[in-house]
Amino acid sequence: MVQSRSLIDESGKRTDGRVIDELREVKINVGVVKNADGSALIEFGKNRIIAAVYGPREVHPKHMALSDRGVVRCRYHMSPFSTDTRKSPAPSRRETEISKVIREALEPALILEDYPRAAIDIFIEVLQADGGSRCAGISAASVALADAGINMRDMVSACAAGKVDDKIVVDINDTEDKEGGADMPVAYMPNLEKITLLQLDGELNPNEFNTCLEEAVRGCLKVYEIQRSSLMEKYFGDEKGMKEE
Amino acid sequence: MSLSKKSTVIVENLRKKQMREAISTGKRLDERSLDEVRPIEIELDVIKKANGSAWVKLGNTEVVAGVKVETGEPFEGLENSGALIITAEVLPIASPHIEPGPPDEETIELARVVDRGVRESEMLDLKKLVLVPGKIVYTIFVDCSVINVDGNLLDATSYAVVSALASCKLPVFEIKDDKVVDTGKTQEPPITTLPVSVTTVKIGDYLISDPTTEEEACMDARLTITTNSKGSIVAMQKGLKGSFSIDDVKSIADKAIAKGEGIRGKLKGMINIG
Repeated sequence: MVQSRSLIDESGKRTDGRVIDELREVKINVGVVKNADGSALIEFGKNRIIAAVYGPREVHPKHMALSDRGVVRCRYHMSPFSTDTRKSPAPSRRETEISKVIREALEPALILEDYPRAAIDIFIEVLQADGGSRCAGISAASVALADAGINMRDMVSACAAGKVDDKIVVDINDTEDKEGGADMPVAYMPNLEKITLLQLDGELNPNEFNTCLEEAVRGCLKVYEIQRSSLMEKYFGDEKGMKEE
Repeated sequence: MSLSKKSTVIVENLRKKQMREAISTGKRLDERSLDEVRPIEIELDVIKKANGSAWVKLGNTEVVAGVKVETGEPFEGLENSGALIITAEVLPIASPHIEPGPPDEETIELARVVDRGVRESEMLDLKKLVLVPGKIVYTIFVDCSVINVDGNLLDATSYAVVSALASCKLPVFEIKDDKVVDTGKTQEPPITTLPVSVTTVKIGDYLISDPTTEEEACMDARLTITTNSKGSIVAMQKGLKGSFSIDDVKSIADKAIAKGEGIRGKLKGMINIG
């Protein structure tokens, strides 16, 4: 990775004006897709991602069904217009891998034993990508699953941390991902305190790694608060949600 | 679409119980300790038609990797770097559970995670593999074929790629009259570091290294960590529908760095490089 220019200025500000432990602005709207059993639109910086959940419903083809628990099907997909250069609409190898890691990040939170022979379908559509779309997608999908009333052990909140100009920063944006030193997406169940997704590319020494992991988890906790209040807002109304705190 | 599926490998409940009992006493069914890696055997230069090759055995898991070097256009955005392309295929000969056809998501993940480890470690100094900046660069393919499956394909494939690359001889290409000419000479590849992938899996409350197929059928979660010669972490991938605590992850990382160092020493000895 080439570090052609400084990504953090003297006053500690990053390319988009944030300080190192600051998340981009995150907004979640619950129930945006009328036909879905559960859905959420997440705006995470310039990311705009819709997650929709259908299910529990019948499994087709039937031989895919499991007799003792439900199956989860997950598709992460980027719209052709979501990136700087047009992306072919056909699923890429990257999307195939991300669909898999997202499914594996969400499954630990779902009580699938409650849905034998059924499928829970999770569709994540990236309308606009801005770095960190898998994390934003997981956070939106988790809210959509809760919105669909799927039995869950915990929420799944996701956030990346990474290394930029030899500093550990939280919530890597597109430029920092491309030009920075390391990117580590993490998904976390905040109440069970378990990590459900962990990936890394880029070089981190053991100390940097530990700090990066802790920063990412701290970012996840901030995302969790936003997920929680978005659901509160939909189901209890703004003020009542506040009172329950 | 990614689908949660049933395990294709069936392990009897009695066997699973034996395995869990053994693991709880610190021993595995094949007599290994929990963090013991199976013996690694590497045979180099098994494919004479390739620019470099390695046949790696990790216990009963066997992978052949071959390096083929061509010239071509650089990747978009990486105009001044050679192109490195790593692929992996699990052949139908490798197990009764593999069927011919397009790669499934596990195979795609295998190739991408192995690629990530090698690429992010910057094992090959791709900047040195440019003929005409922005136009013509060395294109290095490392294709892997899994010959026999017995667990931990990620590490076995990674060792095969690293061994084949580190021991390959690159043809020397020159530009004459705007054409690429193979001079017939060879050169050493520009190797900067040896990445080593170490996979740890969780079975119940226990963490074990280098799982066999049978152990993989019982595992809840998997974490693959690649380290470089400096002992830094360069790539990671968590897999499967289980989860890890933060302490799990930290202890797996510490172990991966220590174990990686040992395996790196072995690889160096077998590949015969400094």
